[in-house]
Amino acid sequence: MNKNSKNKALKNLEEVTIRFAGDSGDGMQLTGMQFTSTTALLGNDLSTLPDFPAEIRAPAGTLFGVSGFQIHFGSMEINTPGDSCDVLVAMNPAALKVNLRSLRDGGIIIANRDGFNDKNLKLAGYEKNPLDDGSLDKYQLHAVDITKLTHNALEQLGLSNKLVERSKNFFALGMMYWMFSRPMEPTIKWIQEKFKKTPEIIEANTKVLKAGYAFGETTEIFAARYEVKPAALKPGKYRSITGNEATAWGLIAGSVKSGLDLFLGSYPITPASDILHELSKHKNFRVKTFQAEDEIAGITSAIGAAYGGAIGVTTTSGPGMALKGEAMGLAVMLELPLVICDIQRGGPSTGLPTKTEQADLLQAVYGRNSEAPIPVIASITPADCFLTAFEAVRLALKYMTPVIFLSDGYLANGAEPWLIPDVGSLPDISPTFRTDPQGFYPYLRDEKTLSRPWAIPGTPGLEHRIGGLEKQHITGNVSYDPENHEFMVKMRQAKVDRIAEDIPLAHVEGDEQGDLLVVGWGGTYGAIRTAVENKRREGKSVSHLHLKYICPFQKNIGEILYNFKNVLVPELNLGQLSKLLRAKYLVPAITLNKVQGLPFKSIEIENKIDEIL
Amino acid sequence: MSEHTNLVEEIIKDTKKNPTQKYTAKDFQSDQDVRWCPGCGDYSILAQVQRVMPELDIPKHNMVFVSGIGCSSRFPYYMDTYGFHGIHGRAPAIASGLKIARPDLTIWVATGDGDGLSIGGNHLIHICRRNIDVKILLFNNQIYGLTKGQYSPTSEFGKVTKSTPYGSVDHPFNPLLVALGAEASFVSRTLDRDPKHMQSVIRRAAEHKGTSFVEIYQNCNVFNDGAFFTFTEKETKDDNVLFVEHGKPMIFGKEKDKGIKLEGFTPTVVSLKDGKYSPSDLIVHNETDTMLSFILARMSNIADLPRPVGVIYAVNRPLYEAEMSKQIQKAIEKQGEGNLEKLLNHGETWEIH
Repeated sequence: MNKNSKNKALKNLEEVTIRFAGDSGDGMQLTGMQFTSTTALLGNDLSTLPDFPAEIRAPAGTLFGVSGFQIHFGSMEINTPGDSCDVLVAMNPAALKVNLRSLRDGGIIIANRDGFNDKNLKLAGYEKNPLDDGSLDKYQLHAVDITKLTHNALEQLGLSNKLVERSKNFFALGMMYWMFSRPMEPTIKWIQEKFKKTPEIIEANTKVLKAGYAFGETTEIFAARYEVKPAALKPGKYRSITGNEATAWGLIAGSVKSGLDLFLGSYPITPASDILHELSKHKNFRVKTFQAEDEIAGITSAIGAAYGGAIGVTTTSGPGMALKGEAMGLAVMLELPLVICDIQRGGPSTGLPTKTEQADLLQAVYGRNSEAPIPVIASITPADCFLTAFEAVRLALKYMTPVIFLSDGYLANGAEPWLIPDVGSLPDISPTFRTDPQGFYPYLRDEKTLSRPWAIPGTPGLEHRIGGLEKQHITGNVSYDPENHEFMVKMRQAKVDRIAEDIPLAHVEGDEQGDLLVVGWGGTYGAIRTAVENKRREGKSVSHLHLKYICPFQKNIGEILYNFKNVLVPELNLGQLSKLLRAKYLVPAITLNKVQGLPFKSIEIENKIDEIL
Repeated sequence: MSEHTNLVEEIIKDTKKNPTQKYTAKDFQSDQDVRWCPGCGDYSILAQVQRVMPELDIPKHNMVFVSGIGCSSRFPYYMDTYGFHGIHGRAPAIASGLKIARPDLTIWVATGDGDGLSIGGNHLIHICRRNIDVKILLFNNQIYGLTKGQYSPTSEFGKVTKSTPYGSVDHPFNPLLVALGAEASFVSRTLDRDPKHMQSVIRRAAEHKGTSFVEIYQNCNVFNDGAFFTFTEKETKDDNVLFVEHGKPMIFGKEKDKGIKLEGFTPTVVSLKDGKYSPSDLIVHNETDTMLSFILARMSNIADLPRPVGVIYAVNRPLYEAEMSKQIQKAIEKQGEGNLEKLLNHGETWEIH
């Protein structure tokens, strides 16, 4: 971003990163989401990173109570929420202190001067007011009396102080709309819809938004105003979507395409709960959402529903995955279709509930007693959650198996523009129920998929008993026979392995061979893609392979890996995919690990690439 | 994509065409060998259930028996219906999911004092609270049988077992109070050695709309032989068991000469022999009386009072799965059958040319 121009003419920018930061009660997530929707409507490409504390209303002014929302948008392809931000909106000293390190040198700070009172300064650990002591000289600092200006704007309305204070985020949003030439109308429309039961709040928020916009326009303090032209996205109809929304819709799409009802058994847990919320809205799709008494009831109720012929789904995060382990094994044994969504967060134990991590990979692949193979697939961007969740449904139904769908806190809450797919282009899912009693055996397998027949209660003549005890091949009767057990263990593995025949081959972004292949999985896609593209522009021989299918791996992974001199695996854990790749393909994978509850910055990956090449 | 084709509904429709067969108890016997210990009380429970099922006029392919883990949980293998042998303690949750997905099915849960009240206690109370139409048979033998003889959550204080050689220091659960406390709409108790009574209670449980809870005193002749003999054996039964019947005064005893009278909130035994008290002084059982149900259930913990057996409590209240189906129907009436295209395109969208 250019700086230091005194001219208020519009300046064109290719990309900008803004971070809104304030108390967790300041409405920063809402402000960020509004800026995001408006920006999406303007046709920019974008990526967001909500970053909020686990406490719902942490004590005001404290460092741990700071809530942030970062948006990176541009007229170019945007793959990450931005390594560092160009603009930091700080509603109080704590927000400034926590977020300053993410602001680039020369970046803009918009601080709410009224929030920088003695009490808040002390809470944030500032001895002197940073707005006045010159410590922020390397940035473009604009200290604005946001609270006071909000009060002024609402003087006539006679609202309580509390209500007035609550509107101040709209002042900040108005300023940003002016600064980045965004229209206010979409937000005004949203305010009218959201607060339709309280007209005084509609009036207040709209007034304050406009006041913020007018403040930018009329005062002389801002050096420049910017424009970010629409991105050259593929033509078509777009919407903005978060990972959790996309997951819920992908599951619904699976239900519509298969002609089976969706049953969700779930216990609320961050950051997965929004999938439960979203699915609960869509009752006209006959979605049944069951808020269970615990994680175990969440999955076992879904297994019960699947036994009855529904698409059973359970959604959770790491701690819930741990609790569901035994029931996953049951689903493996019963060979019933089930989708288990793990929206990963920082761990172990309660860990960092609102932060992202990729450390459940080995838990997903191996975390059950005995040999209990389950296909594992991972979405790679927020919008990709749609197709990945849909794929999880497809595989579960076709192979009569539980499938683990991995997402993470970053994908779940992050948003991006999504080219709305043509419903007709979605792959077919055509499950069948066994109805013919002639020659029916519960564990007589389909020769191609090795899946067993789905015979649901209510079907005359197919009364049969299944359970967690080892099954005799074909009849499904309880069997303790040693040879049969080994046979069935291998059969269950073979069935999962066979899925490799049914999934597309992996493809490399960049050259098919070279000095370095960066292999990622899941939510690190954007950061790795950006890093690899930057290095390729510099002429480095580096390519990118991003895995969506972890178990089983796609058939050509080995072939791809062997075409490169080096393999680098960046992961938000201590090296889990790298273990799987080393074990299966015997490649000396180099690891790049980060476990801070935050996504990779592309620069971190770029530095590692430089180190290797 | 807008027209709704549902594969499960097609199967249900097909099923309805089949006229209901007339069954006998034998039709409900599966081809599996029954593997409980000889003399186990479970045999009687299996026999009574198989005897009552034909009376219900429900096609057996619409019945599902769900269980957890333990001796009692082998039950589904022996019923020639659909059967689901789950994992320890989770049968009520499995059954909940199945019933919500398939309200057309008749679902029974077979569980035990360990499976239902220890590892699965959470699911048991929540299915009762939600009032999902599932019938729960809790085989209470006051011991862990399948793991070979540890004390259970219903074992008496001081119980000497393999895991409590100095006597257990756990206070036991009263299963009826657990079910009542969890707001179950049907709470009952019966005895493995009283086939007629068990059949009548099972019949009532089957007819009830909502979660039916049936505690069955069941003898484990290997690890806890005789735990309930006071209540089940001829010599002592009549003087120690109070068979409650709706609308009837609470009379018991070999000579039908004793009754239960309320002194304040305290039930006391009175004699009908000396003319001081007549049946009109006694409590008249009322299955719909919540307060009375707690008093009756509490009697199990008080020495010198007979053990109440029968239908303790039975009321009607909304069914979880029916309420959910109503919400779905309403949503469809209001918004129309879900349309994927519409869903993906609703709200704010924009075109890139």
